[in-house]
Amino acid sequence: MNIDIPDMALVLLVGASGSGKSTFAAKHFLPTEVVSSDRCRGIVSDDETSMDATADAFDLVHYIARKRLGAGRVTVIDATNVQRFARQALIAIAKELHCLTVAIVLDLPEDLCHARNAERPDRDFGRGVITRHARDLRRSLRGLGREGIHRVYVLSSVEEVGAATVSRVRLWPDRRDEHGPFDIIGDVHGCCDELEELLGLLGYAFSERAPDDTPGYGRVYAHPEGRKAAFVGDIVDRGPRVLDAYGLVRNMVEAGSAICAPGNHDAKLVRKLRGRKVQITHGLQDTLDEIDALPDETRRDFQEGMADFFESLVSHAVLDDGSLVVAHAGIKESMAGRASGAVRSFALYGDTTGETDEFGAPVRHDWAQEYRGKAAVVYGHTPVVEAEWVNETMNVDTGCVFGGRLTALRYPERELVSVDAGETHAEPIRPLAPPAAEGRSAQHASDDFLHIEDLIGRRSISTRLRGSILIDEEHGAVALEVLSRWAVDPKWLIYLPPTMAPPAATEREGLLEHPDKAFAYYAREGVTEVVCEEKHMGSRAIAIVCREPSVAVTRFGLTEERHGIVYTRTGRAFFPDSESEDAVLAALRDAAAYAELWDTLDTDWLCLDCEIMPWSAKARELIEEQYASVGAAARASLRETLDTLHAAEDAGVEVSDLRARYEARQRMAEQFVDAYRHYCWDVESPADLRVAPFHILASEGTTHTHRDHRWHMETLRAMAPTGEANIVQTTEYVFASPREEASREAAMAWWQALTDKGGEGAVIKPLSFVARGRRGLAQPAVKCRGREYLRIIYGPEYTEPEYLASLRQRNVGGKRALALREFALGVEGLERFVRREPLRRVHECVFGVLALESEPIDPRL
Amino acid sequence: MLLTVTTTREPATDLGYLLHKHPARVQEFPLWFGAVRVFYPRADERECTAAILLDIDPQRLRRRGRGEPAFRLEPYVNDRPYAASSFLSVAISRVLGSALQGKCAARPELVDIEMPLTARLSAVPSRTGPEYLPELFGPLGYDLTTSREALDPQFPQWGDSRYYTLELSKITTLRDLLAHLYVLVPVLDDTKHYWVGDDEVDKLRRHAGDWLAGHPLRDDIVRRYMRHSGRLTRAALASLVEEEAHDPEAEAACHDDAEAATEDTLRLYEHRHRGVLTALEEAAARRVVDLGCGEGKFLHHLHADRRYTEVVGVDVSHRSLARASDRLGLDRQPESQKGRVSLIQGSALYRDARLAGYDAVVLMEVIEHIDPGRLPALEDAVFATARPSTIIVTTPNRDYNIRWPTLPAGDMRHADHRREWTRGEFAAWGERVAAEHGYAVEFRPIGETDPDVGSPTQMGVFRR
Repeated sequence: MNIDIPDMALVLLVGASGSGKSTFAAKHFLPTEVVSSDRCRGIVSDDETSMDATADAFDLVHYIARKRLGAGRVTVIDATNVQRFARQALIAIAKELHCLTVAIVLDLPEDLCHARNAERPDRDFGRGVITRHARDLRRSLRGLGREGIHRVYVLSSVEEVGAATVSRVRLWPDRRDEHGPFDIIGDVHGCCDELEELLGLLGYAFSERAPDDTPGYGRVYAHPEGRKAAFVGDIVDRGPRVLDAYGLVRNMVEAGSAICAPGNHDAKLVRKLRGRKVQITHGLQDTLDEIDALPDETRRDFQEGMADFFESLVSHAVLDDGSLVVAHAGIKESMAGRASGAVRSFALYGDTTGETDEFGAPVRHDWAQEYRGKAAVVYGHTPVVEAEWVNETMNVDTGCVFGGRLTALRYPERELVSVDAGETHAEPIRPLAPPAAEGRSAQHASDDFLHIEDLIGRRSISTRLRGSILIDEEHGAVALEVLSRWAVDPKWLIYLPPTMAPPAATEREGLLEHPDKAFAYYAREGVTEVVCEEKHMGSRAIAIVCREPSVAVTRFGLTEERHGIVYTRTGRAFFPDSESEDAVLAALRDAAAYAELWDTLDTDWLCLDCEIMPWSAKARELIEEQYASVGAAARASLRETLDTLHAAEDAGVEVSDLRARYEARQRMAEQFVDAYRHYCWDVESPADLRVAPFHILASEGTTHTHRDHRWHMETLRAMAPTGEANIVQTTEYVFASPREEASREAAMAWWQALTDKGGEGAVIKPLSFVARGRRGLAQPAVKCRGREYLRIIYGPEYTEPEYLASLRQRNVGGKRALALREFALGVEGLERFVRREPLRRVHECVFGVLALESEPIDPRL
Repeated sequence: MLLTVTTTREPATDLGYLLHKHPARVQEFPLWFGAVRVFYPRADERECTAAILLDIDPQRLRRRGRGEPAFRLEPYVNDRPYAASSFLSVAISRVLGSALQGKCAARPELVDIEMPLTARLSAVPSRTGPEYLPELFGPLGYDLTTSREALDPQFPQWGDSRYYTLELSKITTLRDLLAHLYVLVPVLDDTKHYWVGDDEVDKLRRHAGDWLAGHPLRDDIVRRYMRHSGRLTRAALASLVEEEAHDPEAEAACHDDAEAATEDTLRLYEHRHRGVLTALEEAAARRVVDLGCGEGKFLHHLHADRRYTEVVGVDVSHRSLARASDRLGLDRQPESQKGRVSLIQGSALYRDARLAGYDAVVLMEVIEHIDPGRLPALEDAVFATARPSTIIVTTPNRDYNIRWPTLPAGDMRHADHRREWTRGEFAAWGERVAAEHGYAVEFRPIGETDPDVGSPTQMGVFRR
């Protein structure tokens, strides 16, 4: 006997102790597929024969079964399973996880079982046990098929057991080896004219088959390039040519040029044709009328064939290596590819809330809002005005029979092709679901609400640049707080900038940071060309600039029009007032127009990485509270001290060393004050602000991380007209080859001049935005801050030799690792946004950057 | 950091005996935070000035500050090397210890002589403003001269800094002058001390026992000296004035919370708690979510009442939840009560399936902290996703704000409030949200109702 084991099945071995279940399991299944109750007894009690451990052992059996079946793995239960209640619990688990159950009964003579047990030292329980097993088994055998077991195989002799073979069979919905390409066509509902037109548009050709082959529709459509049509069902009812539509689909399916998922109308028709009592509503009468009009002599055969065809359809199809699922009303991720009554019911009827609406129709639960699966799910069932992607699902029923359109989704191209309905063939019982309001997509509407379970807990975020990035729960908790309390609307938050590491400390006298170590780093990483960009000292800002305020609605999915936004590196609104934000956005918008970026990039929005100056505009409180205060305390204290020392010196006390020391401290305190003064000026109106963009991160349809920094710098330079005071500022930059001394020297001289003027320093980046080094991603940027600027960071007196020596011990490794992870997450978020992925997928990356930013790292680096 | 002490009592050079430091040369004393030097810029018969110069090494301070959170730059760039702070007290006790204790082996008769003394201190911080200086030293009989340092002369618009040059003059003993400085300089600084331990209580009693009890700012001085440590403050106060019953901690709490201070006259939060509890009782709610529970002030009531069979406190702040857990003693619950009250981190702006299926959700003083643009997310999370039978929302009534004596016109009650609603605005919002989500709403006043401007807090009770 051959035993068919469907994928993901629960296999119950049924038989008395000693009937050879374990031997059978070992012969036909992988060791990991077999869950033995004796083994579980041993795991919980150290004694595989302990009867006291039965309850705990079966808890464990059930737990393992649940995990395996949930993951879609064949699970063989090696236990006697002779009692109904024991089987029932397992069958319920299989049912809950939409898995089929197969029973293999080893119905062997009691004597044999007893003899086998007698040979085994650990099975010294009496004959009574086996007698009881045999009795339970006999009782069970009669009703086994009615317990929700898909298939029961009974092996009644040692010979049968020995001769049995086991083969694995795929489940019906599993058509993963079919790769299409597909044209997935929405609910037809007897609109055969439109269907023929659509197939023509899609490039299908037809041949006529001999009219006496099968009665009815004679054309057989097929695509010359081997594409396949995939119907989402509801072929029948309501429309004018129901039987032709059925015939067309049937012919294609039989010819192998189409697949078809059954719809609820198709299923109801089958019940009617099979003589069951159904309500003749929702256009079923139209189908029945056409059938009634058939000649009497063929009608019966036709009905049979029609019912057979629709009955043969499988609830849904998993296609293209699992990347695509076609079902009539959709499918949940946990059901895809599985087979159960619940799966079939969901695929045909969808999910409902159990309530009815004012039209008396059941209120549908929009499962697509919660869909998180990777596979694209294409479905129909509920007519909509526009076919749109929502969370990687698309409803392609655009209500042709109600006067809408018949739509096909070309896969994998993801293009929509549709034809208008010739006329309104039927009136819908409720109005078609309207499109999302005022230019927003259905995805935007879905994105109005984010789910906390997509963020909390320990998570791993996969990135193109750096694989999986782990986010600790505790850091995530901080990110959740920051996002909830202070961040701007998540729809704007498509990017947060990564942190940036400094180079290793230089050995040059009196300096902590210098480009020499940055060049050495990149030379070691094999980077042949770098750009050195002036590091502006203001506040980091991300600006999203919309060409028209409507773009905020149509592209970003906000409910109100707006010219864009400027936010900080932690996602807060940069400006407390809209006046300054409007001015900065207007300046950037004008600059983009001046540089003709809207046209050359073919976009109506830009995401820019910027620095906004002066520092005091945003950090005034910090500057006054901390930097200016330290300066004031130093000034007062050192002035008094030096006055006193001078007096003592005048009085003849020997304090010259002390005086010199305090004079030096006074100089350093003055240098400290000078350092921050460079970055402060009064902002009386927004015109006093300066914004320096240094990356064009993304625009419609693309990120710009594939362009090198030369492109970024030159493009941005074109945005700032020279020679006049403008809010938009350019960034000075030079290129250098880290391996060539002359080139390095020139760049170092440039850096020296820049920092001598009071500049913060420079950011040194590989010429390409994303650079690979010796061990994967190289640092996207290294900051080299000037000697004077660093007084703000390390304190006025950090340049004292002893202090400097200790600072040189600093470790930049942690900061570098963090910078790479944040960089990868930032780019990932942008890429997901430009691919128009659901907001939660973008938000996850932004959340990740914030979470990583809450890891403790020396803030001076 | 510099302190000079000058006397004009002739022979002024007696000061050298009192300080136990010879006037002719610079003497240096190493301490853990750097060096203290004592020298005399003037030492003659008519006038003698001693200078105590603290050379504070910022690197050593940093090494001491282990376990500090590493997020801020403040530990690295600060005024400690320059400002008058508790380091001066350390220097006085270590370097001028015998003078502080009133000992003078060579000339014991000098100790009790009151003489004209002037102390001059530079960079004395006073966060509470210039009036605090005379309030502190005036009652002790000093003449004060103060001058305030600008924040940055190049940016006059930034105004003055919190640092003063302070000159104190009084005819007194050196011992008393040093004791006053020993206690009051750290009080003025009012920031982190090098150390506050139990022996601080002893030190305070030793150096201030005879003058602090009668000082009008006594409690404030003690609290600041003890760096706001409630336990030590109570101990110190008790040792100073044993007969008085006092709860300085309660005062500290309202000092810290501007909103509470504004609303304190009515004990408004008690009215609020009572109002919400009444609404919960009317709804016969048993399983309740307090969304935005903060540190658990309200949860406390639900925790105490066994009628509430399941109580979930939700807040977005981990720190608040930790404090709520402490406050409610959740980790030392009796076995039978475990799990009845739980705390989870969550956010009113995200859909959260964990909050579905409860009898009631309380949003007490939450919505005013939400940016108006994010309110739809909250409405969805609470009214559509959590969807309990009863939702109770309280929020300040902006109409009432003109009745708060301490609130400047147009201001809100809390710095983090994004919008405070008038009664009309709140009613319009409540009615719209109720209609959209199938709830009926009823509005109630909380606190005493003013005929013109209504009650200080407004409450909406939503039922479905």
